[in-house]
Amino acid sequence: MITTASIVRRYLLLTLLLGLAGMLAVRVGAVGLSLTDIVAAVRGTADTATHTIVVGLRIPRVVLAALCGAALAISGATYQALLRNTLAEPYILGVSSGAALGAVAATVFGLDRLSPWVIPAFAFAGALAAIVLVLRVALVAGRVLDRRTLLLAGVVVGAFCNAAVLLFLTFADAESFRSAVFWMMGSLAGATWQHVLLLAVPLVIAGVVLFGLARSLNLLAVGEPTAAALGVPVERVKYLCFALASVLAAAAVAVSGVIGFVGLIIPHAVRLLWGSNYRQLLPGAAFLGAIFLVAADAAARTLAAPTELPIGVLTALVGVPVFVVLLRRRDD
Amino acid sequence: MTDITWKAERVSFRHPGASRDAVREVSCDLPGGGVTAILGPNGAGKSTFVRLLIGLAVPTRGIVQFRGRSLVSWPRGAIAREIGFVPQGEESVFPMTVRDVVAMGRYPHLGPWRAETEEDRRLVRHALEDVDALAFADRPFATLSGGEQQRVRVARALAQHGSAIVLDEPTAGLDVRHEIELFALLRGLASQGRTVVLVTHNLSLASRLADRVLLFSEGALVAQGESRAVLTGETLTRVYGWPIDVVEHPGVNGAAGGPLVVPRLTAQTGRVP
Repeated sequence: MITTASIVRRYLLLTLLLGLAGMLAVRVGAVGLSLTDIVAAVRGTADTATHTIVVGLRIPRVVLAALCGAALAISGATYQALLRNTLAEPYILGVSSGAALGAVAATVFGLDRLSPWVIPAFAFAGALAAIVLVLRVALVAGRVLDRRTLLLAGVVVGAFCNAAVLLFLTFADAESFRSAVFWMMGSLAGATWQHVLLLAVPLVIAGVVLFGLARSLNLLAVGEPTAAALGVPVERVKYLCFALASVLAAAAVAVSGVIGFVGLIIPHAVRLLWGSNYRQLLPGAAFLGAIFLVAADAAARTLAAPTELPIGVLTALVGVPVFVVLLRRRDD
Repeated sequence: MTDITWKAERVSFRHPGASRDAVREVSCDLPGGGVTAILGPNGAGKSTFVRLLIGLAVPTRGIVQFRGRSLVSWPRGAIAREIGFVPQGEESVFPMTVRDVVAMGRYPHLGPWRAETEEDRRLVRHALEDVDALAFADRPFATLSGGEQQRVRVARALAQHGSAIVLDEPTAGLDVRHEIELFALLRGLASQGRTVVLVTHNLSLASRLADRVLLFSEGALVAQGESRAVLTGETLTRVYGWPIDVVEHPGVNGAAGGPLVVPRLTAQTGRVP
């Protein structure tokens, strides 16, 4: 049985780990910094260059990585219960494909030169359009949100968007092509405090509401008749979870591109560590996702410096072996 | 408790797009307490009627009242605090412990952001004790046998702490011992004052252990009342379209006997209308 004390210990440990990962991630990069430099920069007593690097570049980037990891993990965990599918992840319903279509269209037409906000805006709009389209397709058969129809709708809308992306890329010049492909591999480069704010607001709202729906998600994972018999207004809850998980994924993609794997594996890792109860799973996934992505981004910046590795590639390369170890631990 | 718990008045239900009613013009009173068995051939409307009893389906025509109020006017949460439900065939996609499963019975009593209290944990423990499952409370639910899993689902319904419990074919797929154990458990709950309603295909056990039966055929309630009075060879033969005898087992070595429902081996030996 889980005791309150063990839960408090768990979150203290996770907070500590997140703090350590964050600290380490702020220190490493093109310019190595000491702890003293960082403290001085935060207190405003460092030189201008250090201040700019720490407060203007590194800290927002690390915070954005943490928020992205948390958003993707929560979104994936929610989709997994909603679709009753262990393979569900934030991009399964076409959110990333829609976002990619928006971002690539903006790049190919040269709109991204107008403002740094064009790509996030187009990506977010593309993601939302995909979500609405998926919902429309899923509801063609009837008014009830059926998880199998939803999944199929997501797959076909995703496939359509991917085809459109490839079509755009066919006509793209070399430079647009390169930046579009890099965007699709995910990157936290160029993170600012505005990016942080853009993701923090939906993350806090969706996080709090989804935590309130944690027990309903437990029941949805068992089955809809069971959920209804135990007091869940099933249709309303499904729409709400779908909307919140999709907006979380859309916001994360808009500010960071397509970072795969986090939203699939982190919820499963939390299940293996602490069980499937969403009251523990959602906060656990948020913390673990944040820690994982902060570490992955730090590695992406340093492993092949001065070249930055695409973070989406790194999350899969590092995450898969870690997950296999976790799976083996469960079998023992 | 002898007051009317459920009252169905000319209740019909038709699935959207279907050409005929799944449940047709059903009227009945279910008094509080005791065990009521819902019987009938496959596709007779038993499960649909159960869904109507717990408000999961809304009657196309007619009214289902629970404790004097139409179920349509009950919020979902309020129904869940009054009626425990054990559905037919459910499977979680994620691993859960037995205690997690039973704790779900407390969900209708908890606000969205509220944590479980000591009282909730006590009721979960109590429900586990009632079905004799406390010993494996911390095992993964998926590793239990079919009989144990059903007992745990009953415990979840008990943890809902309502006055009634409804079960849709709770003994499907169970062997003789587990089936009789589950029936004995349900009888015990009824003797503590709970109202038990269950769908079953075991006519002999229903005849011996249920106080009342509702016999469905093609969506209609064709017979209802005290189980021995309703379950006669003639009625069953007509409803199931197969020759069926009901014989009295005298009991062996002091063990109680009871009616036995015996289908014949070939249809020719009886007159099938």
